[in-house]
Amino acid sequence: MNRNASMVTTVIVTTVVVALGLAGCSSSAPSTAPSSAAPAASSSAAPASSAAAFATPSVSGTVVVFAASSLMATFTTLAANFEQAHPGVKVVPSYGGSDTLAAQITQGAPVDVFAAASTTTMGTVTKAGDGVGTPTVFAKNELEIAVSPSNPDHIASLADVTKSGVKLALCAATVPCGAAATKAFAAAKLTPHPVTLEQDVASVLTKVELGEVDAGIVYQTDVKSAGSKVAGVNFAEAASAINTYPIVVVKTGKNAVAGQEFVNYVASPAGQQILQAAGFQQP
Amino acid sequence: MTDVAADTAEGRSRGADPRVRVPYALFVPAAIGVVFLILPIVGLLIRTPWHHLPSLISSPDVRTALRLSLETATAATAIAIVVGVPIAWVLARLDFRGRSLLRALITLPLVLPPVAGGIALLLAYGRRGVVGSEILKVFGVSLPFTTAAVVVAETFVAMPFLIVSVEGSLRGVDVRYDHAAATLGASRLFTFVHVTLPMLGPGIAAGAVLCWARALGEFGATITFAGSYPGTTQTMPLQVYLALQNNPDAAIALSLVLLVVSVAILAGLRDRWLRT
Repeated sequence: MNRNASMVTTVIVTTVVVALGLAGCSSSAPSTAPSSAAPAASSSAAPASSAAAFATPSVSGTVVVFAASSLMATFTTLAANFEQAHPGVKVVPSYGGSDTLAAQITQGAPVDVFAAASTTTMGTVTKAGDGVGTPTVFAKNELEIAVSPSNPDHIASLADVTKSGVKLALCAATVPCGAAATKAFAAAKLTPHPVTLEQDVASVLTKVELGEVDAGIVYQTDVKSAGSKVAGVNFAEAASAINTYPIVVVKTGKNAVAGQEFVNYVASPAGQQILQAAGFQQP
Repeated sequence: MTDVAADTAEGRSRGADPRVRVPYALFVPAAIGVVFLILPIVGLLIRTPWHHLPSLISSPDVRTALRLSLETATAATAIAIVVGVPIAWVLARLDFRGRSLLRALITLPLVLPPVAGGIALLLAYGRRGVVGSEILKVFGVSLPFTTAAVVVAETFVAMPFLIVSVEGSLRGVDVRYDHAAATLGASRLFTFVHVTLPMLGPGIAAGAVLCWARALGEFGATITFAGSYPGTTQTMPLQVYLALQNNPDAAIALSLVLLVVSVAILAGLRDRWLRT
């Protein structure tokens, strides 16, 4: 029994020591990883632009695209069209709050393309040195108030959503739609009293669609994509809080060539047509 | 009574039987498993910005979120005990058709993704939900985006842990004590309160701790059903997630606070009540 007990103790001690040792190693790993990955990514990105100019069909493999929540509908279409034009290429899109996605990229998520809903969130990625070159602005979007289709509270202006008794959902201030809403409310000299600060614009829209809130500040494109499930109310102050959408090829991914090709496609007339049909404005 | 039960349990768990033959090969996967489980905690400790820590965790926001978390988790556990123990008794002591089905339905939140649970809660108790719309009509109140909604979400997700745990303990309690009490003239409720419940003490405590810990860490159902607003519905896990987006150091610090609070309370309760 004694022997067993001491054996168990030895195993526990060894385990803890090994765990601490591994953790010690791993804490130094991230500092070396980006510097070794950077040249590889940039060297593969260089031929990307030439490939885009001359031999488009040479792209292959999987392209991982992180896109802002508000881009979900259009990027799903863009991805499908891109796959059709480039047989053998698979686009794997992932949508979320721009800040969440940016945080995942700076934590090393293997991503080839990042499309953000604001220059601030894009800045998180480019400042960390994870972007290839300068991001391109490919679209603009304006805020709109989303309400139930029948607009039971007769909301007609931004001031109406700040009234007591109107349940309002906003994006958290760290998300582009939240930052833009804050700007719009400031321009109108209004103080909103939201019941919830959601993690992305899609969650705000869902809360309006489910009828859990009376109003939500979303983008014009969101109102359009929701179809008959919500009605949109435009407001003058939206003009002072227009969101720009930058896109960039990301170094953490494995397919910068196809990534660049996808970025080119989004900025191309064909890509722009799809974006504008969804309600986005020209960059 | 409880002490005797606890002592024997402890005696068993110490492996007092000298004839135990140890299959040493098991140590390898066990050690890998232990490393896998404790490494993330070690990582958290190593990466904690210790010198910023006081300023990161002393902000009013953090205190508000922490208080909200502790209050809602405790309220959820209290509700779970009041409602869950009787459910456990029914499941353990009554033999009826559909008992397995009932048990499966009640423990469904254990396997349901919490976000799906949050959506289900909205569809039931939301403003336009099956029950929620009626409540709104009659009482003029709606549940989502209130602190009560956080408690509801946490209770929904955490109560099954208590039920499963208490049902297990009840099966270990000899039903002949109940019979003995009955022959001595005790009423049914008196027997439950004065005979069954005291013997169930450790089981309820274990279940309550599991339930409380699960409620404290609840994220998915809460953010879906209750939303996220500082002071009302933004609990610690929600704040950790929010902080991760723009201030990873704060997220690590907050995670550490949550870890320390959980460990401290679990350790405290374990010494006092749990001898398993």
